[in-house]
Parts: sequence; structure tokens; C-alpha cells
Amino acid sequence: MMLKRNQIIGVGFFLFVIFVAVPWLIHVSGRWDFYYTLTSVALLSIASGGVWLTFYIGRINIGQGAFALTGGYVAAILVVKYDVSFWLTIPIAGLFCAAVAVIIGLPILRLRGVYFAMITLVLTEVARLTALALPITNGAKGISSIPLPGELSILGLTLIPDFSTVANVKLAFYYLAAVLMVLCFAGLYRLVNSRIGHLCRSLQQNEELASSIGVNTAYLRVIAFAISSFLGGVSGAIFMAISRSIYPASFPVKDSVDFMLNCFLGGLGYVFGPMLGTFMIYFGWDVLFTTGKYQLLIYSAILILLILTLPNGVLSLRIFNKRGTAK
Amino acid sequence: MSALLEVKGLTKRFGGLTAVNDVSFDVHEKEILSVIGPNGAGKSTLFKLISSFLPSSSGEVLFKGQRISNLAPHIVARKGVVRTFQETTIFKSMSVRDNVIISHHLRSQASLAGYFLGTKTALADEEEFGRSADEIVEFLNLGEIRNELASNLPQGHLRALGIAIGLATNPSVLLMDEPFAGMNHDETMRTVELVRGVRDRGVTVLLVEHDMPAVMKISDRIVVINFGEKIAEGIPSEIQENEKVIEAYLGSEDDEIGM
Ligand SMILES: Nc1ncnc2c1ncn2[C@@H]1O[C@H](COP(=O)(O)OP(=O)(O)O)[C@@H](O)[C@H]1O
Ligand SMILES: [Mg+2]
Repeated sequence: MMLKRNQIIGVGFFLFVIFVAVPWLIHVSGRWDFYYTLTSVALLSIASGGVWLTFYIGRINIGQGAFALTGGYVAAILVVKYDVSFWLTIPIAGLFCAAVAVIIGLPILRLRGVYFAMITLVLTEVARLTALALPITNGAKGISSIPLPGELSILGLTLIPDFSTVANVKLAFYYLAAVLMVLCFAGLYRLVNSRIGHLCRSLQQNEELASSIGVNTAYLRVIAFAISSFLGGVSGAIFMAISRSIYPASFPVKDSVDFMLNCFLGGLGYVFGPMLGTFMIYFGWDVLFTTGKYQLLIYSAILILLILTLPNGVLSLRIFNKRGTAK
Repeated sequence: MSALLEVKGLTKRFGGLTAVNDVSFDVHEKEILSVIGPNGAGKSTLFKLISSFLPSSSGEVLFKGQRISNLAPHIVARKGVVRTFQETTIFKSMSVRDNVIISHHLRSQASLAGYFLGTKTALADEEEFGRSADEIVEFLNLGEIRNELASNLPQGHLRALGIAIGLATNPSVLLMDEPFAGMNHDETMRTVELVRGVRDRGVTVLLVEHDMPAVMKISDRIVVINFGEKIAEGIPSEIQENEKVIEAYLGSEDDEIGM
């Protein structure tokens, strides 16, 4: 499947904006705090991208906070207690979460609709309580003073420098998050536009029919859930490295709900929906900060209005569809 | 003729109710066999037992001598026993052609990873599925509406699409639950022709049906059930004359036997 010309232009423009224009604008404006905001948006949209994939097979997932938290703890424990390189803990955290998702997913993915949604919501709480209870996670005190990511080198060649030696750690984390976000959404785009995406849509539309044409629906559901949780774990691991700490309350139920809202707002039918949704929710909230005590009220009203007027997400607006990078 | 599908002493109990009671019959290769019976006789239940959408209480179903009852539906489909649905169940938000393409799933050679990476095998699969889907779509007279969203189709076309989906899986046996339900005479006759066409492609057809005239016209053999039990089996002319069958149908809706 080849990209069309306007799609290549769109992607090129996007890459230019996030890797060149944004750092330059921040540099000239001196608003260094924006790095943290945008890094968070990138990481949250990775986690939301996972949630979006579970939506894509017809399951409402309000449990991504559990996997982000698990990923964060796995990475933190490996770095602090076992002296593992942070770079190695990123895939390990993701794979650990994927494995957990397989074990939990096999029974719970049989449930549909609100039943699945409720169970995943409970998962977030279970993860928090587990982190409170286990000795290795250090209870309510969590794990703090985690060292910055060290050097990543292969055969003596330095690929990524030690973060404690770089001039601008914020920029380094921003680049890391942006690269991973691009990889994540390129992967999701490819997945959805391949036959796998077609299979996922068949599951979303009619599971019984899918299984009667020979699709192993249970297997496909578990794969999608595992990929989703992998992404949750990866984003949790990097959040941990940025804040250099992880606590049981690092990813509360509100985060799980937000991951889901990001997908709704951007559009469940569009791969890039969760990215746009995360951006809008995160910035929308910040912009409304000036409204003081009315912040939550206005924010909620706008969200409700958007979901009512654009049930298929903001990306369903015509201007986005003409450009052709969506979907 | 040898039996392709053997139904042996199949029984299904729902609590105290025995919906299917010790039913046995054989389905031969390339025949059209219909299961008929008054409403509530247990036809749909029998159908779900054969396609493994319900576990049986006792008895078994053999396909080419191998047991297929109580396996997962997708495994039964993989072996070549595929069902279409009573309610016109299709993938609503896909085009007609995409509905048929996705239903080629069982023929895929490439793995999921292969599709993700776009390997040669995966590309070959895609091309083959597209070609085959076009052929099936033409065969069922859906060519002109191939790019139409399935949710926009009228009833008659939906039924044809259901058959197209079944055919795409390349089944040995196609199970159809009431393919003529809700159709007028003309639509029924057209669908009868389609089902015949399916058989002429070498597919064995087992259908469960209520519409007597259609069944008499289309079937090579007929199995009649009433209150979950088999009461007769034979060619259409034998069934039309069978005392028990007439009685069973007179007891419910007398004009329906179409004699
Ligand atoms: N899932 C079920 N649970 C309980 N009873 C059922 C179930 N499915 C069917 N039945 C009962 O089994 C009997 C046969 O139903 P069914 O197989 O649908 O008949 P038919 O298709 O011949 O009209 C009916 O009395 C029906 O109420
Ligand atoms: Mg029925």
C-alpha cells in the first residue's frame, strides 16, 4: 500500500513541525515550559493510541492507566534495583504489560460493552492498590530519585548520549517522546490499513459473523489488547523517567478516562484521532486555566458539546478529510 | 453415495425443555438437504448445534468422519463447514466487496505479521482475494452495487450478500438458516436459483427452512422435525405424501405445506 502524494506532503509537514518548527519556536520565544507540555501530549497520545486500537475491535477500554502505571513501575524497578539501562527497560516495560494483557485479556475480552468497560475501569484501581501493597513497589512512598537515562551505545557507537550530560534535558525528552509517537502512529496506521485492520473492523461490526467466516476472534482481540497495553507500558516508562519518580497515584482512574476521551474527541474512526484528541484536551484544559474556578465547568460543557455535535470526532470535519492524511 | 456430514443422535436440552431430541441423518456430497418443521420445532437449535454455535447435550456431528461438534465456530469453519445467518447478518459499515474480501480469511497464506509488513505472500493473498471476490460478487448479481455500503442494501441483496460471504470462505458444506424468510415469491425464486448455483459450484448445502414451496422446489432430500424429533426423511415427493408430516403441519399452519 503506497502513500498518495498529498499524504506524503502531509506527513512531511507534520514531521517538520514537530522536529524543527516547534523547537525553533520554543527557542525564540523562550517558553521552555512548552517542552514539558508537548512531551506529555506525545506520551499521552501513545497511550491513547493503544486505547483507540481496543475501540477499533469494539471494546471500550478504561484501563490504560493500569498499564501505564505497570510500565512505569517495571522500568523504575529495573533501573533502580537491577541497574538495567533505561533504554532496555522501555521495550521490557511494554512487553511486560503486553504479557499481563494477554493473561487478563483471555477471560475478560469475552465481555462486551459496558461489562468490559467496567472491568477495565476496575483494573486501574487494582493496579494502584497492587502498587500500594507490594514490597517491591515500596508502597505509598513509591520510587523516587530515579537517575536520568544513561547512554545508549551499540558496539561503542553512541546512539543516544547520557541525559545527565546533555545541555537541555527537556529538549532531549521531547525528541524521545516525539520519535516514539511518530513510530507508534506510523505502526498503527500501517496496522489499520493492512488486512489486520480489515479484520479488526469485522470484529467491531459483528463478532459472530467474523467467527463464522473463520476468524479466530479471541486471538485477534487478545493481540489488539496486548498491543494497546504495550503502548500504555511504554508511555508509562518514559513518564517515569521524566518525573524521575513513580507513585501508586501516578496514573489514577482520571487518566484512564482521559485516554478514552482523547479517542472519542479525535474520532474513533481515524488513526490520528487520539493524537489530535490528546492535544486538544491537554491544551484546552491549560488554556481554560485563566477562567479560574469555572475551568472544569467550561471544559466539561465544551467536551459535551463537541461529542454531541461531532459524534464521530473532530477529524470527521470535512477540512480534515480533504487533506487525506486522516484514516 | 457416501456421507459428508453425519448427524448422530444429536440432543439439546435447555433446562427442562428438549429442543432437539436424538436426531440423526446424513448429508451427502453435493446435495441440497433441507430441514423443515413447524415453528419452534427446533430447527434453529439443530442448526446451531451443527455449526458449533451451541454445545450439544449429547450426540455428535461428524464431518468427513471427524467429530466437529463442540469445537469453536472458527475451527469448524476452518474445516469447511460454514454457516450463514438467519437474520441478515453482514458487516454493515463495509462495502459489498469488502464484505466478500474479508470473508476470504480462511484462504490466507500469510500470517498477521506478514500482512503488517506487506510480504510477498500477503500481497499475493490480497490480489487473489480481490479477484475471487469480484467473481463471487458477479456470480450473485451484486456487481453493480459492489462499492455500496452494505447497510444501504435492500433485503434481497442482503440475502445474496450473505450467501456471497459464505461462498468466499470456500466451504465444503454451507449451512443456511431460513434463506427465504421474509421474501416475496419472486425474490424466493431468484434465491432458489442462487442456492442451486452454489450447489453447482460443488458446495453441499444444508438449509433450515420454513417456506414449504421453496423447499419442495429446491431440495434433493428433506428431513422433517417436530417437537425436536425427526419424524420423516426422504425426497420431496415422499415427504409431501407422508402422513406424519401432513399431520404435523395441519396441527399448526395448514396452508403452509403448499400442496
Ligand atoms: N437459548 C435457548 N434457551 C432456552 N430455550 C431455547 C433457546 N433457544 C431455543 N429455545 C427453545 O427451543 C425450542 C426450539 O426453538 P428453535 O430451534 O428456535 O425452533 P425453530 O427454529 O424450529 O422455530 C423452542 O421452544 C425455543 O423456545
Ligand atoms: Mg428458527
